[in-house]
Amino acid sequence: MNWLGILEWHDIVFLRAWQHPSSSELVAAGAGGIVVLGALAALLLITAKHWWRPLWRDWLTSLDHKKIGIMYIVLATVMLARGIIEANVMRLQQLLAVDAPGYLSHEHFAQLFSTHGTIMIFFVAMPLLTGIINFVMPLQIGARDVSFPLLNAVSLALTAAGAALLMVSLVIGKFSTGGWSGYPSFTEKPFSPGAGVDYWIWALTPASIGSTLTGLNFAVTIYKQRAPGMDLFRMPLFCWVSLCTSILMIFAMAPLTLATLMLALDRYAGFHFFTNAAGGDVMNYANLFWLFGHPEVYILILPAFGIWSEVFSTFSGKTLYGYTSLVYATMAIAVLSFTVWLHHFFTMGQSADVNAAFGMATMLIGVPTGVKVYDWLLTMVFGRIRFRVPMLYANYFLLTFVLGGVTGVLLANPGVDFSVHNSLFLVAHFHNMLIPGTLFAMFAGFHFWFPKAMGFRLHEGLGQLAFWLLAPGFLLAFFPLYALGLMGGMRRMAVWSDPSFTPWLAAAMLGAMLILAGLCVLALQLVVSIRQREALAVPVGDPWDGRSLEWAGPAPPFEWNFPVPPEVRSRDAFNDMKRDGRAHSAPERYHDIVMPKNSAVAPLLGLGAAICGFAVTWHIWWLTIASLLGLMAVTVARSFVTNVEKTIPADEVERMHRAWLDRASATPAIPRRLEATTDNRGKAEVPGT
Amino acid sequence: MSAPAGAEPSGFLWAAGPVAEMQRAHFFQIVGWMAVVVVPLFLALPVILWRYRAGAGDTYRPEWQFNRLAEWAIWGIPILVVAVLGVTLWRYTHALDPYAPLGPDPLEVQLVLTQDDFVFLYPGQDVALVDRLLIPAGRGLRLRMTSDSVMQSVIIPRLGGQVYAMAGMVTELNLQADAPGLYQGRNTQYSGRGFPGHVFTAEAVAPDSFDARLAELTEGAPALDPGAYDRLLSFGDHGPRAYAGLAPDFFERVVEKYAGPLHAMEKASE
Repeated sequence: MNWLGILEWHDIVFLRAWQHPSSSELVAAGAGGIVVLGALAALLLITAKHWWRPLWRDWLTSLDHKKIGIMYIVLATVMLARGIIEANVMRLQQLLAVDAPGYLSHEHFAQLFSTHGTIMIFFVAMPLLTGIINFVMPLQIGARDVSFPLLNAVSLALTAAGAALLMVSLVIGKFSTGGWSGYPSFTEKPFSPGAGVDYWIWALTPASIGSTLTGLNFAVTIYKQRAPGMDLFRMPLFCWVSLCTSILMIFAMAPLTLATLMLALDRYAGFHFFTNAAGGDVMNYANLFWLFGHPEVYILILPAFGIWSEVFSTFSGKTLYGYTSLVYATMAIAVLSFTVWLHHFFTMGQSADVNAAFGMATMLIGVPTGVKVYDWLLTMVFGRIRFRVPMLYANYFLLTFVLGGVTGVLLANPGVDFSVHNSLFLVAHFHNMLIPGTLFAMFAGFHFWFPKAMGFRLHEGLGQLAFWLLAPGFLLAFFPLYALGLMGGMRRMAVWSDPSFTPWLAAAMLGAMLILAGLCVLALQLVVSIRQREALAVPVGDPWDGRSLEWAGPAPPFEWNFPVPPEVRSRDAFNDMKRDGRAHSAPERYHDIVMPKNSAVAPLLGLGAAICGFAVTWHIWWLTIASLLGLMAVTVARSFVTNVEKTIPADEVERMHRAWLDRASATPAIPRRLEATTDNRGKAEVPGT
Repeated sequence: MSAPAGAEPSGFLWAAGPVAEMQRAHFFQIVGWMAVVVVPLFLALPVILWRYRAGAGDTYRPEWQFNRLAEWAIWGIPILVVAVLGVTLWRYTHALDPYAPLGPDPLEVQLVLTQDDFVFLYPGQDVALVDRLLIPAGRGLRLRMTSDSVMQSVIIPRLGGQVYAMAGMVTELNLQADAPGLYQGRNTQYSGRGFPGHVFTAEAVAPDSFDARLAELTEGAPALDPGAYDRLLSFGDHGPRAYAGLAPDFFERVVEKYAGPLHAMEKASE
């Protein structure tokens, strides 16, 4: 018996590069080196600074929704760095490979487009939006935590396990070349015999299960944990999109989990779900995958719509225009998103009637989306618009998103889709939606809520600089791809034969570099902001004259969020509290607060899932069984733990809350024109009071 | 790579046949209608940002949140545009149905995709061409396709496309070239290391010289017997080549290789 399964020494990237020192293998070894050195540096730093205990006690075992949210965002940030570097590596290959081989092998290039897509969707966009919802939504509905705090931590741990497996694949073995969608029959054993597709399967499976659990958790939280008076139609729009996203997660992730597991059965156990022969059918995979994949698109974009709604309203100093319309539009989009999956394969040979029906359903989504765009535009009318960083992203989003909408409607037409399916036109379209739509919304949300989470604002000037790099960067990186797609340039090409592509590819390269530069400035901004945290501090907690309940308490918030559940009388609850003079006031009585205790269950399950994924990828069966038994043991052991809650005495709550109230009353309220200065300590001047 | 040097663009905007021409017309029609929704935003946004910027002193109504007329416009106009586009979508989708034959007497060609080659079978003429498709200009082509490998997708951008080819299944693509010329075709679905070079040349010739050109290309070529076909299935791009002599049910046998008993049952029930 081989204790290492099918793993061999030359699977390690450094040995591969040693044996075959091609430029492609050296790039791979460099990437592997960054992973190993990065991990070592992190371990050394934590040890040197004696951070292990606080890391374990305050973060990894914490069930606080705010900390879990922040950890999701940290995870996403690490993966985003990898995804953007990979994008630049691929751009350079395509630029150099016009009538030339370039510096990457075709197989390496295929691994890169597969990891890039997988990472950006499942380990950047999903954790970012899950993290932001985790942090913001319970605060906005006036809750103390999500309904199932431990489950929340488990979801994070499962997602992190998938991400860890993706990182390991840079050092040991090779990743799938089957793209982020992993279409069989190419990903079946006969055509993809190595461990790459298995890495892809076992990275995705825990992450997709984690997202299903997150969806359940968020939906129950919104239904059951709202503060008194917080009717559904008084919820901030961000909570509405969180609810719709959760419902989509509950119903849409399951087909993906199923599809990857069925593919695993094909590959490991000789099943024939999606094989060419013996009754297997690749079309079943396409249907299952996109039954997940299309709602997934709206899982990615709806939270962004929520962030934009908060940003437009707050930085226009005005209530949202057409709140009810926006709610119905969001719901309509969520429902319609389940009816259009077939448009991802108009080209599979079904009848014109079927294609036309799905094409029209797809265009129908354009209606509520268009309504939303005009609702945001009208939110600014009669407002007082302040161009803080989130607002720059928001307006840039309006301009670019509608262009992506036009190309989306084009692609919804089967006749047009036939000519641009699988082309760079499509690649440009979905990046057009996901970068100004999702990613920039997450950046806007990051700037918007960072002061609430950390207690200090991010450096405004560097934030603006990053925006002015990212904004032209996106246009340069992706609008040439529209042109290339119309010129017949297809996606996933490691080399080109058409010299007329070169100028377009050069522009795209420049754009990718600007995006990378923008990301570096964001990193610099974080460092500078941390160093200047005293000057940028906003302890009173309301730096932007916020309108919803998350701004009602201090920054960072108390572990228990609210001393007593806030009483909600209207939409824009905190805004009205400020106008009524109810903000920053002590409750009549303080009570004991019961909060969940820390638990090591989630990190242990995450570790077990990562080990299990690695073991099963490399057919190391003893380790697979051992890790599965470990996972079960941890789960069973947890069920015997009855003492899972801690009580924070009323005295303690009162002491902390009054200390903050005293600070708030001693802090001068500032007008909006001083918002971006160090005078801003988190207390907003309320006109007329 | 067997592609001609791509001196001229090969996208459908440079249409060279009725299908791609219609796709191009449809494309610009949609762009035009979508402008109705998009242009107002581009005009209004700068005005709004300027007029309502903080400190500009224009009307400030923080509670303003509804206007019946605006509501009708922002729901009504997109609904009208989508309704119009829906009608055109229905029409064009049927007109551009890849299964709809072009003309009364299209040329029948069958296509088997291996992982790296396109094998075009001319059952009427009993010959086969690899990585080269010969068609008469001005006459429809009915291309019936299957894959003897992974799923792939076939397009000739200047003529039209694309449709997937899958093992054990037959799909169809009807195309036509208006004038003689060389048009690049390719697989657009990632199929492995050889994917970038997975191209073929469609050569359209005057209808009266079609037979002579096909005979010229296949003159003295070997038969596509099982041995020759197995060599084509082996890894790597085998480049343009020709075969004369073809088993009569060659295409069906490739399909049934994968379709197996299930397919036979379906056939029996028909």
